[in-house]
Amino acid sequence: MITLLKETLSRQSIYMPTPARIAAMTPLTASETLFRVELPSGFHLHHRPGQFVELSVLGVGEAPISICSAPTRSNGSFELCVRAVGKLTNAVHKLPPGAKVGIRGPFGRSFPVERFYGRDILFVAGGLGLAPLRSLIDEVMDHRGMFDRVILLVGARTPRDLLFPDDLARWTARDDIEVHITVERPTEEWVSNVGVITTLFNKIDYQGRNMVATVVGPPVMYKFVLPDLLAHGLADSDIWMSFERQMKCGVGKCGHCQMHHIYTCQSGPIFSYQEVKNLQEAFA
Amino acid sequence: MSLRIMPKSALKAWIQRLQQRSFRIVGPKALHGRYVFADITDPDELAIDYPTTLSAPKQFLLPPREVLFSFNADTMDMTAHIEAEPTVLFGVHTCDMHAIQLLDTVQNNGFADQHYRARRDALYLVSIECLKPCSAQCFCKDMETYSITETYDVHLADMGDAYAVRVGSDKGEELLAGFTNIWEGADSDQQRLNEVMSQKWQNFEFRLDATLSQLPEVLGAAMHSAHWDELGDICLACGACTQVCPTCYCFDVTDEVDLTLTHGVRLRAWDSCQIEKFAVVAGNHNFRSQLGRRQRHRFMRKGKYQYEAYGKMGCVGCGRCGTTCPVAITCIKTFNHLTQESAERQAAVEVKA
Repeated sequence: MITLLKETLSRQSIYMPTPARIAAMTPLTASETLFRVELPSGFHLHHRPGQFVELSVLGVGEAPISICSAPTRSNGSFELCVRAVGKLTNAVHKLPPGAKVGIRGPFGRSFPVERFYGRDILFVAGGLGLAPLRSLIDEVMDHRGMFDRVILLVGARTPRDLLFPDDLARWTARDDIEVHITVERPTEEWVSNVGVITTLFNKIDYQGRNMVATVVGPPVMYKFVLPDLLAHGLADSDIWMSFERQMKCGVGKCGHCQMHHIYTCQSGPIFSYQEVKNLQEAFA
Repeated sequence: MSLRIMPKSALKAWIQRLQQRSFRIVGPKALHGRYVFADITDPDELAIDYPTTLSAPKQFLLPPREVLFSFNADTMDMTAHIEAEPTVLFGVHTCDMHAIQLLDTVQNNGFADQHYRARRDALYLVSIECLKPCSAQCFCKDMETYSITETYDVHLADMGDAYAVRVGSDKGEELLAGFTNIWEGADSDQQRLNEVMSQKWQNFEFRLDATLSQLPEVLGAAMHSAHWDELGDICLACGACTQVCPTCYCFDVTDEVDLTLTHGVRLRAWDSCQIEKFAVVAGNHNFRSQLGRRQRHRFMRKGKYQYEAYGKMGCVGCGRCGTTCPVAITCIKTFNHLTQESAERQAAVEVKA
């Protein structure tokens, strides 16, 4: 098996993707679809949770997309959750199953999973943030014995915007993960929590726990979530986030993802709060 | 690194010889009263005593528009376009040489860019010692870029009727191979060069109030300065500053297809952090929507960020951005304004204490 990164690097140009195939498409919401991407035989993505790939449709363009399947569940193919929001992402949604796409990567730094061993893990997922976290959640659940308590908080605008309903049901059914879900605007059938994601924080017992938090959501979410976590006694170095930037090249050259002196595509997209708290433009 | 001497009158013959050896020759050339780096077909066109050029020589390493690869979208066949022809870049000022050093560092860092690498390998650099400042906007003395000790293949210094020639690499030897109108310098030549150089240092003045080593700190302290919005108020977001900057390398990537929608190319083109959508992410959040923020990002890159990321300043003091800016935003004024602010803050703290 050849890793995709090795293949990407062995090509004549680091900007030239490896052809891959859309093996399955599962609509999740009105604007988000889950794509299973199959690499040519003999290739393996060999990623770590939190990393991203550059997804190409030749003739349309390329965009960075977080890998949302866990390494333990990405044998030969892997999953991307794509929101139709730009030129490339809209084009991907219109592809027929079996269509050819291009893949480069995996790029960027992953969550430091080994540093979480033996500790409580709190996942805080806002909106599309559940996609990159799903890769980590399943990685943790597939090595469940390595961690103490596992708690998942999920926030969405409406019940219809909730991503990965099957996975949420699968995790909720287990007794070794605590799952809390909230929506900002409920429908009549909605029986669970209503409110922004921070309203779930009082459901958690932090007292005397050795906890690490992984937080992924839209830029505005960090402004509210971080102070709460810090107030509950989490250390700056125990809060991990994934930053969204326009990573056009993925290889630290194009400049679009630069914040302060850091290229997010190289030093991130996963950062601890400790690493970015003093950087201008990290959060807004 | 011994000194060699080439009579000035031999420069033309050397260029002709290189042309006969199939080198592409690029150098400073007059254009509408200004100077640009362009192809030299007739050696008489080379204006080696030019003050400064409008645009930087980076275009011969990172073209304004460049095909990365061509493709067939149906079959997924792709062909990389790695284009490089042996090119001699003549008369590069030392500030631009320092800029090329930074480009080398960035492009070879981590994932090396093969397109750049191929062009760089095929590029021969003949730099020239600047003996006086080239514009009212340049501040190379402050940025310590008004001389160069490495990176060049051949370096020339004007000694009146002859050039003092230093060869810095095997590629430099290759350029001079078989050329006979050049000889080993004598002790008296070295002495003459020393005199030229001693004279040179006096011709340059410091134009910044902060020293090179203070600059990152001055900028760091100016993160929340009101001056950024003052610049934002007048900036037109035209991006001319980044186009002419010898160290700006940011690019955009786009696909172009023919009428069949099957055959096409993926290309990159120069982009600018001064353009509104540069830092927009999916969902239209813009990390630098205000002009002042974008100017701050540019100046921070020049005097702080690049230094922190690569150990080399992102500004080489060439002054091109200041000369080109339609509303006269210049490095010298901006850096000095922020240095002044920094001094005032410091004084205020001392008064309180």
